[in-house]
Amino acid sequence: MPEFHIGDVVAAIITWLQDNMSGFFDGIAAVMQTLIDVVLAALTAPHPFVIVALAAALAFWARGIGFAVFSLLGLLLVDSMQLWGQTMETLAIVLVASIVAVLVGVPAGIWAARSSRASTVIRPVLDFMQTLPVFVYLIPAVFLFGIGVVPAVVATFIFAIPPGVRLTELGLRQVDPEMVEASIAFGAKPWQLLRQVQLPLAVPSIMAGINQVIMMALSMVVIAGMVGAGGLGAVVVQGISRLDIGVGFEGGLGVVFLAIFLDRLTSAFPRPRRRPRTEAIEALEPEAEPAPAAA
Amino acid sequence: MAPMIEARGLTKRYEPARSERRLARRGEPTSEGTLAVDDVSFTVEEGELFVIMGLSGSGKSTLLRMLNRLVDPTSGSLQIGGQDLLSMDDGQLRDVRNSTINMVFQHFALFPHRTVRENAAYGLQVRGVPEKERLERAQTALDTVGLGQWGHVRPQELSGGMRQRVGLARALATDAPVLLMDEPFSALDPLIRRDMQDLLLGLQAEMRKTIVFVTHDLNEAMRLGHRIMVMRDGRVVQLASGAEILAAPADDYVANFVSDVDRSRVVTAEHIMRPPIITARTGEDPRSVLDRMGNAEAIGVYVLDEAGKLIGAVGDQDLADGIEAGCPRIESLASGTFATTSPEARLIEVMPLVGRHCVPLAVTDDDGKLLGVIPRASLLNTLADQRRPAHA
Repeated sequence: MPEFHIGDVVAAIITWLQDNMSGFFDGIAAVMQTLIDVVLAALTAPHPFVIVALAAALAFWARGIGFAVFSLLGLLLVDSMQLWGQTMETLAIVLVASIVAVLVGVPAGIWAARSSRASTVIRPVLDFMQTLPVFVYLIPAVFLFGIGVVPAVVATFIFAIPPGVRLTELGLRQVDPEMVEASIAFGAKPWQLLRQVQLPLAVPSIMAGINQVIMMALSMVVIAGMVGAGGLGAVVVQGISRLDIGVGFEGGLGVVFLAIFLDRLTSAFPRPRRRPRTEAIEALEPEAEPAPAAA
Repeated sequence: MAPMIEARGLTKRYEPARSERRLARRGEPTSEGTLAVDDVSFTVEEGELFVIMGLSGSGKSTLLRMLNRLVDPTSGSLQIGGQDLLSMDDGQLRDVRNSTINMVFQHFALFPHRTVRENAAYGLQVRGVPEKERLERAQTALDTVGLGQWGHVRPQELSGGMRQRVGLARALATDAPVLLMDEPFSALDPLIRRDMQDLLLGLQAEMRKTIVFVTHDLNEAMRLGHRIMVMRDGRVVQLASGAEILAAPADDYVANFVSDVDRSRVVTAEHIMRPPIITARTGEDPRSVLDRMGNAEAIGVYVLDEAGKLIGAVGDQDLADGIEAGCPRIESLASGTFATTSPEARLIEVMPLVGRHCVPLAVTDDDGKLLGVIPRASLLNTLADQRRPAHA
C-alpha cells in the first residue's frame, strides 16, 4: 500500500492560505473583531442592572412572569459572583457567531430545499462540520486568524451552523405539497412562493434551527476560552488548570444560566403555531447533544 | 365559437424508476414507465360544467393538472381560450394560471398563516393588485359564497365545508373564466357535500364559468355535470351526458358504477317513455275504439287530435256507457282524469303520478303533443334493474 497522508495536503493548503491570502483573513478577522466589540460595548456600557431589567422584561414578554423571575435572579447571581464582564463577553461571542451562522445557514438551507443537487452536496459537508473534532479546525483557525476571540467565533460558527441549514431545509421541504401547488396554480413566481407560502410555513422549523444554532454555539464556550477568547470559557479553563473547583463551578453555572435563558427565549417565538419541537429535532441526523458544555 | 378547452391526445408517461433503468441497461425486460394518462382528447365549451370521473389511479387528477400544466404532458396539444398552453414560457404560463385558469383543491390548500380574507385575495396578491382593492374584491367573493362575516378568522377555525367555500372564493376573486376543481367536495361529509353542490350549481347558473370538475363519485358527477368523462387506467371509457351513461353504459366497468347510482334522480321521463300501444283519434267511432282496446287488453285510451295533441283520456267503462247512450264521436267522452309530465322530469318527480289512472302517464311537450307514455311496469323495471339499460 503506498503511503498517502491527506493531512500533509491539508497542512500545505493552510500554509499556502497563510502565505498568500493573509489579507483576506485579516479582513475577516477585522470585521469579526469589530462586530464583537460593538456588541460587547452595547452589553457592557450600561450599568448591569439596566441589562438585567431589559433581560427580565424580554423574558416576561416572551414567556411570562415565571421566566422573568428566573432571568432576574440568574443574572443577579452572575453579577454577584463577579462574573458580569465575562458573561457579557461570552454572550457577545455567542450572539455574533449565531447571527453569522443564521445569516449563512438559512439561505443555504433554502438553497438546499430548492435544489436536490445542492442538498446532496451540502449534506455531507454539514456532517463533516458537525462530527470533525473541534480542535482539528480550531488549530488552523488560530493559524489563520491569530490567537484571540476571532478564531473562537469562526470555530463556533463552523460548529453551530449545521442545524440552521438542516432545519431550514427540513422546514421548507415539509410544507404541505398541496399548498405549494396552490400557490403555483395561482401563478406565483418562485420568490413569491418562497416568501408568501414556504418561508412563513417553515418558520417553526427555522426557529427551532436558530435555537439549536445558539445552543451549539454555547457548547463551544469553553473551547473558545482555550484559544484566548476570554469570557466564561476562560474562567472555566482557569478553574481546570488551577484545579480550583469553586472558580470552575461558578464559570460553568454562568454558562448553564445563559444556555437556559437563550433556549427558553428563542424557543418562545414561533408561539402562535408552535410545532412540537421534538418532531423537528428527531429529524436531525448526527446531532450532537446540545447540552451546555463545561460545568 | 371555439371551445374554451380543447385537448388533443394528452398523454403523461412517468419515466421508469432508476432501478428499472439499471435493469434496462443490462438488457433485462422493464415496463416502459407508467402511462398515467393515455391519449385523452376532449373539448369543453364555454360555460359548461364538465366532469371527469374515475377511481383513484385512473389518471383523472393527473389529467386535471395537465390543464394548467402543474403536470407537463408528455405529448398532445392543449388550447385554452384559443391560446396554446404547451408552447408558453414560464412567464406566460404564470399569467394564464393567475388570470384564466384557477383551481380548487381536495384538501382546500388554504394558507394557515393568513386570514380567510387574505386567503381569498391570494390570486390578486400574486397579480400585484394593491392591498385595499384586493381585500375588497376578496370580500365580495366571500360574500358570494356566504362567508362575508368570516373574513377576519384563520381558516383552521372554520369547518370543512366553510373552508372549501374559502377555496372557492379564492378562485372566484380573480375572475378567471376557467375553474379546475380537484375532488373539491370529497373530503366533506355527505350533507355538507350536498350543500356545496347546490352552492356550486347556484353560482354556476349566475356566473357561467367553464368548470372542469374531478370526482370519484358518480352520483356527484350525475348531479353536477353537463357531460361526464369516465376514465379508467388513464383512458377515456365513456364521454356522454349522465342520463346517456345510465341508459347505455359503454362497458361493464361503467355499468358497475352505474349500479350504485340512484337512478330516480338522474333518469328522465324521456328515457323510459315508450310509444302508446293504442290511441284514439278525434272523430273515431267509440265502438271501434272499444273493439281495439279489447284486442290490446287496455282499460283506457288517450284521445289525440289531428296534430297529435292530447285532448283527453277515456276509460273502458265510460266508453261502454257512451256507446249505450249512442254517442257518435269519441272526443265528447274524453275526460281530464289523467296525468301528464314533461320529458325532462326526473323519475323521482314522476313516481307519484304513475299508475293512478286507467291510462299510463302521458309525456307531453310544451304544446301538449303526446310524445310517449310511461306505464307503471316500465318505471318499476327501470328502478329495479340497476344494471341493464331499461329502454335505450
